[in-house]
Amino acid sequence: MNNDPSIRLYFRIGIILMLLLALTISVAYIDLGPYNIVIALLIAAVKATLVGYFFMHIRTSPRLVWTFAIGGFFWLFILFALTFSDFLSRPI
Amino acid sequence: MADHSQAAHAHQFDDIKQQHEADSLGMWVFLTTEILFFGALFLCYGIYRHAYPDAFASASHYMDVILGGINTAVLLGSSLTVVLAVHAAQHGERKRLLVFLVMTIVLGCVFLGIKGLEYSHKFAEHLVPGVDFQYAGPQPGAAEIYFVLYFVMTGIHALHLLIGIGIMTWLAVGASRNRYGPDYYAPVEVSGLYWHFVDIIWIFLYPMIYLIHVYR
Repeated sequence: MNNDPSIRLYFRIGIILMLLLALTISVAYIDLGPYNIVIALLIAAVKATLVGYFFMHIRTSPRLVWTFAIGGFFWLFILFALTFSDFLSRPI
Repeated sequence: MADHSQAAHAHQFDDIKQQHEADSLGMWVFLTTEILFFGALFLCYGIYRHAYPDAFASASHYMDVILGGINTAVLLGSSLTVVLAVHAAQHGERKRLLVFLVMTIVLGCVFLGIKGLEYSHKFAEHLVPGVDFQYAGPQPGAAEIYFVLYFVMTGIHALHLLIGIGIMTWLAVGASRNRYGPDYYAPVEVSGLYWHFVDIIWIFLYPMIYLIHVYR
Protein backbone atom coordinates (compact mmCIF):
# COMPACT_ATOMS: atom_id res chain seq x y z
CA MET A 1 0.00 0.00 0.00
CA ASN A 2 2.90 2.39 0.73
CA ASN A 3 4.23 1.88 -2.78
CA ASP A 4 1.23 3.73 -4.20
CA PRO A 5 2.74 6.95 -5.64
CA SER A 6 -0.25 9.10 -4.63
CA ILE A 7 0.01 7.99 -0.98
CA ARG A 8 3.71 8.87 -0.96
CA LEU A 9 2.78 12.26 -2.46
CA TYR A 10 0.18 12.86 0.28
CA PHE A 11 2.71 12.09 3.02
CA ARG A 12 5.30 14.34 1.37
CA ILE A 13 2.77 17.22 1.23
CA GLY A 14 1.87 16.53 4.88
CA ILE A 15 5.52 16.85 5.90
CA ILE A 16 5.95 20.06 3.86
CA LEU A 17 2.85 21.50 5.60
CA MET A 18 4.33 20.74 9.03
CA LEU A 19 7.66 22.34 8.01
CA LEU A 20 5.78 25.43 6.82
CA LEU A 21 4.00 25.58 10.19
CA ALA A 22 7.39 25.49 11.95
CA LEU A 23 8.54 28.28 9.59
CA THR A 24 5.39 30.32 10.37
CA ILE A 25 6.07 30.14 14.11
CA SER A 26 9.82 30.81 13.91
CA VAL A 27 9.48 33.79 11.55
CA ALA A 28 6.90 35.29 13.94
CA TYR A 29 9.64 35.59 16.59
CA ILE A 30 11.83 37.74 14.32
CA ASP A 31 11.09 41.47 14.25
CA LEU A 32 10.45 42.32 10.60
CA GLY A 33 8.24 45.32 11.27
CA PRO A 34 5.26 45.53 8.91
CA TYR A 35 6.52 42.52 6.93
CA ASN A 36 5.70 40.01 9.70
CA ILE A 37 2.03 39.85 8.75
CA VAL A 38 2.85 39.89 5.01
CA ILE A 39 5.17 36.88 5.36
CA ALA A 40 2.75 35.08 7.71
CA LEU A 41 -0.09 35.47 5.21
CA LEU A 42 2.14 34.47 2.29
CA ILE A 43 3.13 31.23 4.06
CA ALA A 44 -0.54 30.64 4.93
CA ALA A 45 -1.42 31.13 1.25
CA VAL A 46 1.22 28.58 0.23
CA LYS A 47 -0.16 26.09 2.81
CA ALA A 48 -3.73 26.67 1.60
CA THR A 49 -2.63 26.22 -2.02
CA LEU A 50 -0.89 22.93 -1.19
CA VAL A 51 -4.00 21.66 0.65
CA GLY A 52 -6.25 22.75 -2.21
CA TYR A 53 -4.08 21.58 -5.09
CA PHE A 54 -3.09 18.16 -3.72
CA PHE A 55 -5.51 17.20 -0.92
CA MET A 56 -8.65 18.69 -2.49
CA HIS A 57 -7.60 17.18 -5.82
CA ILE A 58 -7.72 20.42 -7.80
CA ARG A 59 -4.66 18.94 -9.53
CA THR A 60 -6.76 16.29 -11.23
CA SER A 61 -10.06 18.17 -11.39
CA PRO A 62 -11.73 19.45 -14.57
CA ARG A 63 -11.39 23.10 -15.56
CA LEU A 64 -14.93 23.81 -14.31
CA VAL A 65 -13.83 23.04 -10.72
CA TRP A 66 -10.76 25.27 -11.21
CA THR A 67 -13.09 28.08 -12.27
CA PHE A 68 -15.17 27.76 -9.12
CA ALA A 69 -12.18 27.40 -6.80
CA ILE A 70 -10.54 30.51 -8.25
CA GLY A 71 -13.90 32.30 -8.59
CA GLY A 72 -14.53 32.27 -4.84
CA PHE A 73 -11.17 33.90 -4.15
CA PHE A 74 -11.64 36.36 -7.02
CA TRP A 75 -14.87 37.64 -5.45
CA LEU A 76 -13.09 37.75 -2.09
CA PHE A 77 -10.40 39.87 -3.74
CA ILE A 78 -13.06 42.33 -4.98
CA LEU A 79 -14.54 42.51 -1.45
CA PHE A 80 -11.14 43.32 0.07
CA ALA A 81 -9.88 45.60 -2.71
CA LEU A 82 -12.93 47.87 -2.76
CA THR A 83 -13.27 48.01 1.04
CA PHE A 84 -9.61 48.73 1.71
CA SER A 85 -9.36 51.24 -1.13
CA ASP A 86 -11.66 53.24 1.15
CA PHE A 87 -10.23 52.44 4.60
CA LEU A 88 -6.56 52.76 3.57
CA SER A 89 -7.08 56.08 1.81
CA ARG A 90 -8.62 58.09 4.66
CA PRO A 91 -8.11 58.32 8.42
CA ILE A 92 -10.50 56.30 10.59
CA MET B 1 -11.41 -1.05 -14.58
CA ALA B 2 -13.99 -1.93 -17.21
CA ASP B 3 -16.41 -2.90 -14.49
CA HIS B 4 -16.03 0.42 -12.71
CA SER B 5 -16.72 2.50 -15.81
CA GLN B 6 -19.91 0.47 -16.20
CA ALA B 7 -20.88 1.30 -12.62
CA ALA B 8 -24.42 2.43 -11.99
CA HIS B 9 -24.93 6.17 -12.37
CA ALA B 10 -28.06 8.23 -11.84
CA HIS B 11 -30.14 8.49 -14.99
CA GLN B 12 -29.59 12.26 -15.49
CA PHE B 13 -25.86 11.71 -16.11
CA ASP B 14 -24.15 10.36 -19.23
CA ASP B 15 -21.67 8.28 -17.28
CA ILE B 16 -20.12 7.77 -13.84
CA LYS B 17 -17.32 10.26 -14.62
CA GLN B 18 -19.79 13.05 -15.29
CA GLN B 19 -21.71 12.17 -12.14
CA HIS B 20 -18.52 12.27 -10.12
CA GLU B 21 -17.59 15.70 -11.51
CA ALA B 22 -21.05 17.01 -10.68
CA ASP B 23 -20.73 15.69 -7.09
CA SER B 24 -17.46 17.54 -6.57
CA LEU B 25 -18.66 20.69 -8.31
CA GLY B 26 -21.70 20.86 -6.00
CA MET B 27 -19.44 20.90 -2.96
CA TRP B 28 -17.15 23.49 -4.58
CA VAL B 29 -20.15 25.78 -5.15
CA PHE B 30 -21.00 25.48 -1.46
CA LEU B 31 -17.36 26.13 -0.50
CA THR B 32 -17.38 29.27 -2.68
CA THR B 33 -20.21 30.64 -0.55
CA GLU B 34 -18.23 29.63 2.55
CA ILE B 35 -15.16 31.54 1.30
CA LEU B 36 -17.27 34.70 1.18
CA PHE B 37 -18.96 33.90 4.52
CA PHE B 38 -15.62 33.66 6.32
CA GLY B 39 -14.23 36.37 4.02
CA ALA B 40 -16.60 38.94 5.55
CA LEU B 41 -15.24 38.06 9.01
CA PHE B 42 -11.64 38.29 7.80
CA LEU B 43 -12.47 41.68 6.26
CA CYS B 44 -13.96 42.88 9.55
CA TYR B 45 -10.81 41.70 11.34
CA GLY B 46 -8.63 43.49 8.78
CA ILE B 47 -10.45 46.82 9.19
CA TYR B 48 -10.24 46.79 13.00
CA ARG B 49 -6.65 45.61 13.04
CA HIS B 50 -5.80 48.43 10.65
CA ALA B 51 -7.60 50.88 12.95
CA TYR B 52 -6.11 49.60 16.25
CA PRO B 53 -2.79 47.87 15.44
CA ASP B 54 -1.27 48.35 18.93
CA ALA B 55 -4.36 47.21 20.82
CA PHE B 56 -4.56 44.06 18.67
CA ALA B 57 -0.88 43.32 19.28
CA SER B 58 -1.10 43.67 23.07
CA ALA B 59 -4.42 41.78 23.27
CA SER B 60 -3.00 38.89 21.20
CA HIS B 61 -0.32 38.39 23.87
CA TYR B 62 -3.04 36.70 25.93
CA MET B 63 -3.18 33.92 23.33
CA ASP B 64 -1.27 30.68 23.87
CA VAL B 65 1.05 30.37 20.84
CA ILE B 66 1.97 26.78 21.78
CA LEU B 67 -1.62 25.50 22.13
CA GLY B 68 -2.59 27.28 18.91
CA GLY B 69 0.44 25.79 17.15
CA ILE B 70 -0.40 22.28 18.38
CA ASN B 71 -3.95 22.75 17.13
CA THR B 72 -2.66 23.85 13.72
CA ALA B 73 -0.51 20.71 13.51
CA VAL B 74 -3.50 18.60 14.62
CA LEU B 75 -5.69 20.03 11.83
CA LEU B 76 -2.95 19.72 9.17
CA GLY B 77 -2.51 16.09 10.27
CA SER B 78 -6.26 15.52 10.06
CA SER B 79 -6.24 16.77 6.46
CA LEU B 80 -3.67 14.07 5.71
CA THR B 81 -5.82 11.35 7.33
CA VAL B 82 -8.86 12.61 5.37
CA VAL B 83 -7.10 12.45 2.03
CA LEU B 84 -5.85 8.95 2.91
CA ALA B 85 -9.44 7.99 3.79
CA VAL B 86 -10.63 9.23 0.38
CA HIS B 87 -7.85 7.23 -1.27
CA ALA B 88 -8.83 4.09 0.70
CA ALA B 89 -12.48 4.53 -0.31
CA GLN B 90 -11.51 4.92 -3.98
CA HIS B 91 -9.58 1.67 -3.81
CA GLY B 92 -12.23 -0.22 -1.86
CA GLU B 93 -10.02 -0.77 1.19
CA ARG B 94 -12.74 -0.78 3.82
CA LYS B 95 -10.56 -1.38 6.85
CA ARG B 96 -8.11 1.40 6.01
CA LEU B 97 -11.00 3.74 5.24
CA LEU B 98 -12.46 3.07 8.68
CA VAL B 99 -9.07 3.53 10.41
CA PHE B 100 -8.43 6.90 8.71
CA LEU B 101 -11.97 8.13 9.38
CA VAL B 102 -11.65 7.28 13.07
CA MET B 103 -8.22 8.96 13.18
CA THR B 104 -9.78 12.07 11.63
CA ILE B 105 -12.57 12.06 14.21
CA VAL B 106 -10.04 11.69 17.05
CA LEU B 107 -7.88 14.55 15.70
CA GLY B 108 -10.99 16.72 15.31
CA CYS B 109 -11.95 16.03 18.92
CA VAL B 110 -8.40 16.81 20.11
CA PHE B 111 -8.64 20.16 18.33
CA LEU B 112 -11.99 20.99 19.95
CA GLY B 113 -10.69 19.83 23.35
CA ILE B 114 -7.68 22.16 23.16
CA LYS B 115 -9.93 24.96 21.88
CA GLY B 116 -12.26 24.38 24.85
CA LEU B 117 -9.27 24.52 27.20
CA GLU B 118 -8.23 27.87 25.69
CA TYR B 119 -11.79 29.20 25.99
CA SER B 120 -11.94 28.18 29.66
CA HIS B 121 -8.66 30.07 30.28
CA LYS B 122 -10.19 33.16 28.70
CA PHE B 123 -13.27 32.86 30.93
CA ALA B 124 -11.00 32.53 34.00
CA GLU B 125 -9.01 35.61 32.94
CA HIS B 126 -12.19 37.69 32.35
CA LEU B 127 -11.32 38.11 28.69
CA VAL B 128 -14.74 37.12 27.31
CA PRO B 129 -16.60 40.20 26.02
CA GLY B 130 -19.99 40.60 27.64
CA VAL B 131 -19.18 38.27 30.54
CA ASP B 132 -17.52 40.54 33.12
CA PHE B 133 -14.81 41.69 30.67
CA GLN B 134 -11.78 43.06 32.53
CA TYR B 135 -8.67 44.13 30.66
CA ALA B 136 -5.65 45.75 32.31
CA GLY B 137 -3.72 46.65 29.11
CA PRO B 138 -3.97 49.80 26.99
CA GLN B 139 -7.07 50.62 24.90
CA PRO B 140 -9.44 48.13 26.60
CA GLY B 141 -12.26 49.01 24.19
CA ALA B 142 -10.23 48.12 21.12
CA ALA B 143 -8.90 45.01 22.86
CA GLU B 144 -12.49 43.96 23.50
CA ILE B 145 -13.13 44.17 19.74
CA TYR B 146 -10.14 41.84 19.24
CA PHE B 147 -11.63 39.32 21.68
CA VAL B 148 -15.08 39.58 20.07
CA LEU B 149 -13.48 38.77 16.70
CA TYR B 150 -11.44 35.99 18.32
CA PHE B 151 -14.51 34.30 19.79
CA VAL B 152 -16.74 34.80 16.75
CA MET B 153 -14.17 33.62 14.20
CA THR B 154 -12.79 30.65 16.15
CA GLY B 155 -16.31 29.85 17.43
CA ILE B 156 -17.78 29.63 13.93
CA HIS B 157 -14.72 27.68 12.83
CA ALA B 158 -15.20 25.26 15.77
CA LEU B 159 -18.88 24.89 14.80
CA HIS B 160 -17.79 23.95 11.27
CA LEU B 161 -15.37 21.42 12.72
CA LEU B 162 -18.07 19.98 14.98
CA ILE B 163 -20.30 19.50 11.92
CA GLY B 164 -17.31 17.93 10.15
CA ILE B 165 -16.82 15.45 13.01
CA GLY B 166 -20.52 14.57 12.74
CA ILE B 167 -20.16 13.95 9.00
CA MET B 168 -17.02 11.84 9.55
CA THR B 169 -18.88 9.77 12.16
CA TRP B 170 -21.72 9.23 9.69
CA LEU B 171 -19.16 8.17 7.05
CA ALA B 172 -17.50 5.78 9.53
CA VAL B 173 -20.87 4.13 10.22
CA GLY B 174 -21.41 3.81 6.45
CA ALA B 175 -17.90 2.44 5.96
CA SER B 176 -18.44 -0.19 8.67
CA ARG B 177 -21.53 -1.27 6.73
CA ASN B 178 -19.41 -1.50 3.58
CA ARG B 179 -21.33 1.25 1.84
CA TYR B 180 -18.35 2.77 -0.02
CA GLY B 181 -16.10 1.36 -2.70
CA PRO B 182 -14.51 2.19 -6.08
CA ASP B 183 -17.99 2.54 -7.61
CA TYR B 184 -19.39 4.82 -4.94
CA TYR B 185 -17.23 7.06 -2.82
CA ALA B 186 -18.67 10.51 -3.56
CA PRO B 187 -19.81 11.09 0.07
CA VAL B 188 -16.24 10.48 1.30
CA GLU B 189 -14.75 12.67 -1.43
CA VAL B 190 -17.06 15.70 -0.95
CA SER B 191 -16.93 15.47 2.88
CA GLY B 192 -13.16 15.49 2.50
CA LEU B 193 -13.39 18.72 0.47
CA TYR B 194 -15.39 20.29 3.31
CA TRP B 195 -12.89 19.13 5.95
CA HIS B 196 -9.92 20.53 3.99
CA PHE B 197 -11.74 23.84 3.64
CA VAL B 198 -12.20 24.07 7.42
CA ASP B 199 -8.47 23.31 7.75
CA ILE B 200 -7.61 26.13 5.32
CA ILE B 201 -9.65 28.62 7.37
CA TRP B 202 -7.60 27.70 10.45
CA ILE B 203 -4.35 28.01 8.47
CA PHE B 204 -5.18 31.72 8.11
CA LEU B 205 -6.71 32.21 11.56
CA TYR B 206 -3.63 30.94 13.40
CA PRO B 207 -1.11 33.62 12.32
CA MET B 208 -3.76 36.36 12.35
CA ILE B 209 -4.93 35.71 15.91
CA TYR B 210 -1.95 34.18 17.71
CA LEU B 211 1.15 35.52 16.00
CA ILE B 212 0.86 39.33 16.18
CA HIS B 213 4.17 40.81 17.40
CA VAL B 214 5.07 37.74 19.50
CA TYR B 215 8.74 38.84 19.37
CA ARG B 216 8.02 41.71 21.77
